[in-house]
Amino acid sequence: MHPSLALLTWLTDPWTEALTRRALLEVVLLGIAGGALGGWVVSFNLGYSAESLAHALLPGLVGASLLGAPLLLGGAAGLLVAAVAVAVAGRIPGLDRDTAVAVVVTALFGLGALLALSPDTPAGLQGLLFGDVLGVSDTDLALAGGLVVVLVGALTVLHPRLLVIGLDRLSAPALGVRTLTMDVTVLVLLAVTLLVAVQGLGNLLVVAVLIAPPSAARLLTRRMAPMLVVSSAIAVVGAVAGLYLSYYAGTAAGASIAAVLVGTYLVLAAGTAAAAALTRARTRPTPEPAGAPA
Amino acid sequence: MHDPADLTTPTPPPATAAPVLLRAAGLACGYGAGAVLTGVELTLRAGDRVAVLGPNGGGKTTLFRTLLGELEPVSGTLERQARCAVVPQTERSRLDFPVSALDVALMGAVSRLPWWRRPGKADRRLARAALGQVGLAEHADRTFGDLSGGQRQRVLVARALVQDAPIVLLDEPFTGLDAVSADRLEQLLLQLADEGRGLLIATHDVEQARRWGTVLCLNKRQIAYGHADVLTRSVLEATYGGEIVDIDCAVHGHHDVVLPAHHHEH
Ligand SMILES: Nc1ncnc2c1ncn2[C@@H]1O[C@H](COP(=O)(O)OP(=O)(O)OP(=O)(O)O)[C@@H](O)[C@H]1O
Ligand SMILES: [Mg+2]
Repeated sequence: MHPSLALLTWLTDPWTEALTRRALLEVVLLGIAGGALGGWVVSFNLGYSAESLAHALLPGLVGASLLGAPLLLGGAAGLLVAAVAVAVAGRIPGLDRDTAVAVVVTALFGLGALLALSPDTPAGLQGLLFGDVLGVSDTDLALAGGLVVVLVGALTVLHPRLLVIGLDRLSAPALGVRTLTMDVTVLVLLAVTLLVAVQGLGNLLVVAVLIAPPSAARLLTRRMAPMLVVSSAIAVVGAVAGLYLSYYAGTAAGASIAAVLVGTYLVLAAGTAAAAALTRARTRPTPEPAGAPA
Repeated sequence: MHDPADLTTPTPPPATAAPVLLRAAGLACGYGAGAVLTGVELTLRAGDRVAVLGPNGGGKTTLFRTLLGELEPVSGTLERQARCAVVPQTERSRLDFPVSALDVALMGAVSRLPWWRRPGKADRRLARAALGQVGLAEHADRTFGDLSGGQRQRVLVARALVQDAPIVLLDEPFTGLDAVSADRLEQLLLQLADEGRGLLIATHDVEQARRWGTVLCLNKRQIAYGHADVLTRSVLEATYGGEIVDIDCAVHGHHDVVLPAHHHEH
């Protein structure tokens, strides 16, 4: 067989089945959404919140799957319980906010894991932890498509105001930007994105799509709007590459995607650091050879 | 020595026909617990350039934040007839945030627009022109965090210009500016006042304050408000809580030098 034909077969082989084509569409949609929103998650230092929200979802998801209810409903209920628990725990005197969140989220995640791993629980629940992108339904795809439309629309409209907060939160009110409204909006968008993405990418790995692509994009761009576009592009390409990896290496899809995305960031970070060191070395005048002893 | 009680009576500025932009009566400002600044009696008219004088902690920034609506008045009344633009005092911006100087100047447009509207082409032109007015036209596309401290300060002035508000509050805008930039900013402030805007400018430079015509002296309470003539030795002493020593310097002419209060044996 001609080499270019072999390459073509290699590239198209994974997508001969409807199952994998749906997975491809799902990760492309989630990549666009996660990459764009992730830019703001990183800029607003919300990485910890994203991780916490994702983990707090777990008992709700497990509960819903045990009861045979829609996972989306279960996840939403889980988030609601977590929000109330965090608010209550935050009022306990002597317990600071971060600690309160950590306590609540760890407790909820532990509960979810306990339920998921108990012998009575039907198989397939580890899909909730590591994702089951090959098992996405038409509803899941429609939700992901809706998420992209809503998210890109909201981020486009709010972009100027989010920029104001990102640069200087304290001066934002003087520039006519309500910080509380914007914070709540970003957190709600984050919660919705996690709810939609968690089934495909898994509870433990979903945050990788929110954090790694924008971190990598930040190394390549100097303004926010291009950074968000590059972040989405990296997320999409990385997610598709992850699916190839999963197909040919037989690894779990969610884990493969997370590995490719984090790997991309690490390679880029090392590359830019090396490039910076190189330009420094070039611009420095060559040092005089040290006076060697005779 | 004057009785300090005399000084609390505000001297009204010369009556003019210009419209009133801002009026404060018996205003006390603070951060919830108690007032840190009391007795503010102030009428800002279109075209006024008011120098706000006071020691560190005198209440200049607190007054600005109250006028902006960021802080609720502790007591008294505050009538604001128009929008305020602001150049904040301290450099609080995140320098690692990926925005250009033009992006930052353009942020001024956000305060004029409803939440669903994005700044348009006209705003963009305005932002470039504003950067030109502060002498940064050729730096418009540079990353904000890569500019020098004085350049960033000037970008924030440009942002206030883009806000295009009838009232402009500038909190120590001359800090960190070189001589050329300071001259340019003086010209700009004059131009803004000529356009019929009301300006409140916090400064530590008494000579500059004399040039601007109207002064507001604060030291935990309002010490004086009115024409620069109110800047007598006793007013300056009450403002800065020290002893004023006259120095006739051959180079700089007549100067008032404020010494700390414990230098009384002079
Ligand atoms: N966020 C705050 N919370 C509580 N008190 C504050 C706060 N900011 C300032 N203060 C207090 O209010 C008083 C007035 O401070 P303010 O910042 O208005 O002074 P200033 O005249 O602007 O001084 P400077 O010349 O140093 O800028 C000070 O005693 C200060 O300690
Ligand atoms: Mg101040």
